[in-house]
Amino acid sequence: MNIKNQQDFWSGVLYILVGLGFAWGATNYSFGSSARPGPAYFPFGLGLLLAVMGAITLVSSLVTGQKGDGEIGDIAWRPLLIMVGSVVLFGFALPWLGMAIALPLLVLTSALAGDEFHIGEVLLNAAILTVGSWVVFIYGLNLVIPVWPTFIR
Amino acid sequence: MMELLSNLALGLSVAVSLQNLAYSLLGALLGTLIGVLPGLGPLATIAMLLPTVYALDATPALIMLAGIYYGAQYGGSTTAILINVPGEASSVITAIDGYAMARKGRAGPALAAAGLGSFFAGTVATLVIAAFAPILTEMAFKFGPAEYFSLMVLGLIGAVVLASGSLIKAIGMILLGLLLGQVNTDVISGVARYSFDIPELTDGIGFVVIAMGIFGFSEIVSNLGRPAEHREVFTKDVKGLWPTKQDFKEAWPSVLRGTAIGSILGVLPGGGALLSSFAAYTLEKKLVKNPSVPFGQGAIQGVAGPESANNAGAQTSFIPMLTLGIPSNAVMALMIGAMTIKGIQPGPQVMTNNPELFWGLIASMWIGNLMLVVLNLPLIGIWIKLLTVPYRFLFPAIMVFCGIGLFTLNNSTFDVFVAAGFTALGYLFYKLNCEAAPLLLGFILGPMMEENLRRALLLSRGDWTTFATRPLSGALLFAALLLLVVVALPAIRSKREVAFKEDA
Repeated sequence: MNIKNQQDFWSGVLYILVGLGFAWGATNYSFGSSARPGPAYFPFGLGLLLAVMGAITLVSSLVTGQKGDGEIGDIAWRPLLIMVGSVVLFGFALPWLGMAIALPLLVLTSALAGDEFHIGEVLLNAAILTVGSWVVFIYGLNLVIPVWPTFIR
Repeated sequence: MMELLSNLALGLSVAVSLQNLAYSLLGALLGTLIGVLPGLGPLATIAMLLPTVYALDATPALIMLAGIYYGAQYGGSTTAILINVPGEASSVITAIDGYAMARKGRAGPALAAAGLGSFFAGTVATLVIAAFAPILTEMAFKFGPAEYFSLMVLGLIGAVVLASGSLIKAIGMILLGLLLGQVNTDVISGVARYSFDIPELTDGIGFVVIAMGIFGFSEIVSNLGRPAEHREVFTKDVKGLWPTKQDFKEAWPSVLRGTAIGSILGVLPGGGALLSSFAAYTLEKKLVKNPSVPFGQGAIQGVAGPESANNAGAQTSFIPMLTLGIPSNAVMALMIGAMTIKGIQPGPQVMTNNPELFWGLIASMWIGNLMLVVLNLPLIGIWIKLLTVPYRFLFPAIMVFCGIGLFTLNNSTFDVFVAAGFTALGYLFYKLNCEAAPLLLGFILGPMMEENLRRALLLSRGDWTTFATRPLSGALLFAALLLLVVVALPAIRSKREVAFKEDA
C-alpha cells in the first residue's frame, strides 16, 4: 500500500471507525420509519454518511497527490501528556484539596510543559492566579467552589 | 422608519444606564485584552466567563459578552499589525498587509485604518441589525421544522466554506460534531443514547467542555509543540497615528466595501467575522487595480477592507441568533447558552417579550464600538506593552480559568475529565489537519437539527420531498447546494486554497 497523504489517510480511518461505531451503536435503539422516525434514525444515517466521507478521504489519500504530502510530523508527547495529566490531576485534587492547593498545583504542573521553567516565576504566577481567582470567583461572583482542603474545613 | 427610531431610542435608554455602560466597557476591555493576546480567543474567554452570568441580570450579561466578541476583533488587529501574529483567527488576513506596513514604519496609519474602519463598520452593522432584525423576526414566525432544518443545513455548509483544506474532510468534521451531539437523551422518545450507562452523559456533553478542551487546552499543546518563533515587535514605530490624506483617499472605498460584504456574510448562518475578512481581502485584491503599494507589501486597502468586514460580520452574526434562535457560530451558541441560563428562550419571541434586552443589546453595540475606538487608538501603548508578556505566563492562566470554568458548569469534576479527553482528541485533529471549528458548530446544531428533521418528517408523513417542495425550505437548500458547488468548482477551489495559504 502506498500512502501518499498520511494526514488524510488516518483521518479517513478515523471517520470510518467512528462513523461505523455510531451506526452500529444506533442498532440498539428503535429505528422507526420515515413517517415516525425513532431515536436511531438520525445517528444511523449520520454514521453511515461519515463512514462514506472517510472512505473517500482514505481512497484519495492513496490515489492523488505526491508522496510526502500531509506528513503528520513529530508528536509533542511532552506537552500533550503533561497538559492532559495536569487537567486530570486538577479534577481529582479540587474537591479534596480545594482551590488553595489545586490551583497552584495546576499552574505548577502545566508550567512543566513549557520550554522554559523558572521556579521563582512559576510560584509567583501561581500565587497571583490563585489569589486573583479567589477575588473574582469566590469574593466577586459568589461561586460555590471548595476553597480549602477537606481536612481543614 | 419611525418605529426604527423609537426602538433605537428605547435601546439607547437601556444601554446608557450606568450599570450597562460599565458592563459594556468591561466587555470591550476584556475583548481588546484577549484580542491582543495571541492564543486566547473570544470563544474560550466567553466560555470561561459563563459562570459570571449567574450573578448578573440578562441584559448586562449579554452586553458584556457581546462586547468581548466584537472587542476581540479590534484587539486582534493590533497584534496582527505589530508582530505578524494574528491575535484572532479573523485578523489572519490583516497580518499580511498590516505587518508589511509596520515594517515600513507605517504601523500608526495601519492601526488607524483598522480602528476607524472597524468603527464605521460597527456603526453601519448596528443599523443593519436594527433595520433587518424585525423583518426577519416576522419571517421567522413562518418557519416550520422543515425550514429550520434547511436553514441549519445551509449554515453547516457555510461553515465548510470557512474550513481550509479538503472539503470532504471538513464535511466529515461536521458529521462528527453532529454525531457527538447525539450523545444525549432523545427528546422525543426519552431513550438515553450512547451514554454507556454513565449518568452524566445522559444529559449530553456540554459544548463548553468541548470548546475548552479543543480550543483552550489542546491549542496550548499545539502552541507548545511548535518551536518558539522569533517575534519582532514594532513598538517604537507607533508614533504618527494619523493617516495621511492619501491614506484616507485610498482606504475609505475599501472600508465601504468591507462593511457591505461583512454585513451580508455575517447574517449567513455559519458566517461571521472570519469568513467576512477572507472574502473582503479577495474582493479588494480584485477591485483595486493599481494600488499605490502592491498587495502583500503594505497596501492600506488590505488592512481597511478585511478589518471593516470582520467587525461588521461579527455584529451581524447576532441576527440569526436574535431572530431565529439559531447560533451562526460557536460564540453565538455561548450567547444562547447565557440567555438560557437566565431563563430566556432564544427565538423570534425575544424581540416582543424582552424588548429592553433586545434593543438594549443592539444599542450597546454602537456604544461599545465607540469605546473601542478610544480604547484602541489613543491607548494603544498600553496594549503594546501586553505583547511583551511571554507565553509561559499566559498559558497557565488559561489553564486556571478554564479549570474553574469547567468545574462550575455543573459543580462537578466530571466535565473536567471529559475536557481532558477532548484535549487529546483536539491534538489528534490538529495533527491530522482536521479543522475543529465545523465540528463544534455541528455539535451545537445537532440536537436542534434532529428534532426539526423528525418533526418535519412526522408532519409530511415520511415524505422527504417536503424539504424541497416547501418554497422557503427549498430555497434555503438550493442556496446550500449552490454554495457547495461553488466551493467544489476547481477554479474557485484553487483560489480558495491560495487565500488560505497566504496566511499559513
